Amino acid sequence: MSVLLFKVILIVLIFLISLGLAAYATYGERKVAAFLQDRIGPDRAGPFGLLQPIADGVKMFLKEEIIPTVSDKFLFILGPSLFMVTALMTSAVIPWGTPMEFGGVSYPLQVADINIGILYVLGVVSLGIYGIMLGGWSSNNKYALLGAIRASSQMISYELAMGMSVIAVLLMTDGSLSLNVIVEGQKGLNWNVFYQPVAALIFIITAFAECNRTPFDLPESESELIGGYHTEYSSMKLGLYLFAEYVNMFISSAVISSLFFGGYNFPGLEYLQTVLPTNLVSLISFGVFFGKILFFIFFFMWVRWTIPRFRYDQLMRLGWQVLMPLAIINVLITGAVITFFGN
Amino acid sequence: MTSDIVFFLLAAVSVFTALMVVFSKSPIYSVMWLIACFFSIAGHYVMLNAQFLAIVHIIVYAGAIMVLMLFTVMLLNLNKESEPHKSIFTKATAVITGGMLFLVLLAAMRSTQLGAYEAPVTTDVGFVQKVGMKLFTDYMLPFEMTSVLFIAAMIGSVVLAKKERNL
Amino acid sequence: MQLTNRSKVVVKKEMTFVEKLYLPAIFSGLSITIKHLFKKKATLRYPEVTREFAPVYRGMHVLKRDEQGRENCTACGLCAVACPAEAITMDAAERNKGEENLYREEKYAAKYEINMLRCIYCGLCEEACPKDAIYLTDRIVHSEYTRGKFVFGKDVLVEKVDERIDITKRKKTYKID
Repeated sequence: MSVLLFKVILIVLIFLISLGLAAYATYGERKVAAFLQDRIGPDRAGPFGLLQPIADGVKMFLKEEIIPTVSDKFLFILGPSLFMVTALMTSAVIPWGTPMEFGGVSYPLQVADINIGILYVLGVVSLGIYGIMLGGWSSNNKYALLGAIRASSQMISYELAMGMSVIAVLLMTDGSLSLNVIVEGQKGLNWNVFYQPVAALIFIITAFAECNRTPFDLPESESELIGGYHTEYSSMKLGLYLFAEYVNMFISSAVISSLFFGGYNFPGLEYLQTVLPTNLVSLISFGVFFGKILFFIFFFMWVRWTIPRFRYDQLMRLGWQVLMPLAIINVLITGAVITFFGN
Repeated sequence: MTSDIVFFLLAAVSVFTALMVVFSKSPIYSVMWLIACFFSIAGHYVMLNAQFLAIVHIIVYAGAIMVLMLFTVMLLNLNKESEPHKSIFTKATAVITGGMLFLVLLAAMRSTQLGAYEAPVTTDVGFVQKVGMKLFTDYMLPFEMTSVLFIAAMIGSVVLAKKERNL
Repeated sequence: MQLTNRSKVVVKKEMTFVEKLYLPAIFSGLSITIKHLFKKKATLRYPEVTREFAPVYRGMHVLKRDEQGRENCTACGLCAVACPAEAITMDAAERNKGEENLYREEKYAAKYEINMLRCIYCGLCEEACPKDAIYLTDRIVHSEYTRGKFVFGKDVLVEKVDERIDITKRKKTYKID
């Protein structure tokens, strides 16, 4: 089996997993919301309502497609497509598990182990704004434009704090921005969250903001802006926006767990590697990583149904006056500790 | 030879998108073409094995600056009718200055000697570690000077933004 | 004047540092919501499980028959008079020979209509009826497409001989001392 074939299979698998998980995240969101509010949630389509995402998907596909006459048609269609593309692109640099082995050759469970991995993630995240901005502007609707403007200013503001919080982690990793190296540096329970709790907290908060999730869902706040940037969207284009939000959530969870919560590492991984066959260990590590991702997706939903939305000035104050200085101070302290006390 | 093909493709895309920035009527489309242009330039950086530069280029230019540009263009609400009509005098000056710049460029290109390009020996010249090492040893002073410049700009913008409240 | 001792005085005091961090408040909120994850759910899975009606529930009317299957109603009109919404109309007719097994007394309602859109389900018709003929039941009036279909005639209201409607829960027994 050539490396190329393996990569293609891996890409297709990750693509399918992201989309499938996003679909079931919509179901999970409704179930979690229901359970947190003492309800049952969707339970009519299939056992426990497990076929609900399929029903929703069919509904989205079959609904009437409306493109406003005064809108810019090309950008109107480009918006959701771009948002989905950028959402799916990030998964390329995430290490999903320990390398597999076929016929004596080792295949890493990562699509692209580029040495700027984490910068790639930040870059793609910063591109995600275009989908929202173009969609919001081309709708030719005041609410949509307001949502788009809110989204862009919010994302730019929180990107900085996000980058700063990552720098503290990078200081502790020797000389590489590759996510693979960062994950490998967290063997056992040597997770970054225990060394960098402040950075982890800042990163998680900014990840919420970048995903437009409550308490930072101002771009699409239903109660103020109807639907924000996707007010004018219908049918599958709306579906793409909603879907991409869940893909974003999945990817953010993956990045959070690989940056701060050890990625595929768990205590006892080394022992298992000596006892079990390589491929089985690889699958187990993938399972552990996936468990962490699922926990963070649940955490996203849990927070959504607990905390109310921020006001816009509060959002900006939190981003610029709290998170940003905190992240810089954290970097300075980390740097000082490393310089004066060694690793 | 595949790298040659990729280079020429990227170069064609860069030139085409750069031209489209100028020629497209709607400012929004101009911005979009400019973003595409930045992407092709980032592609050139990757071809030169400068991954760090490429991704920073995308984060800073495509990810932040162009978003601000788009932001402004969207808020300006530019229509075809509201575009101010330029006088003939302005147009003539624009043509003359543009033409002179073109002449200078042409003259510069004529006097350049295109020697054989020597590929760098080390292939990881653009990697983060190397760039960082260079920045913080050989180019320490320029680097710090730029940061001072940035701080000055930041303080300036804060002062400008706060002006009305203090008065 | 203080009406209850539950009133709270709102004090807008400066937040302490810990409160300004928001995190303790957020975590206490999260712990409250996670507790609800394991609580008993309030939802009833409706078509399979129905909520039990109170014995005093006032739903769709029924016109009763006696034990021999004869209609109780004598078209006296007291229910129509009692009705505050004027939802009830009726036409009276005299019982002919050979109809003794259909109607209990000499006079009966040839037409008896209740406009279910006017009806306010107060139950005064039931109170007014001297003949034990009309009762409100725990059946629900179904939705229809036109307003006209909500005028229920005898074909809907009178209970069938072979499927009696149980009204024992609503039947009142008055003790006269």
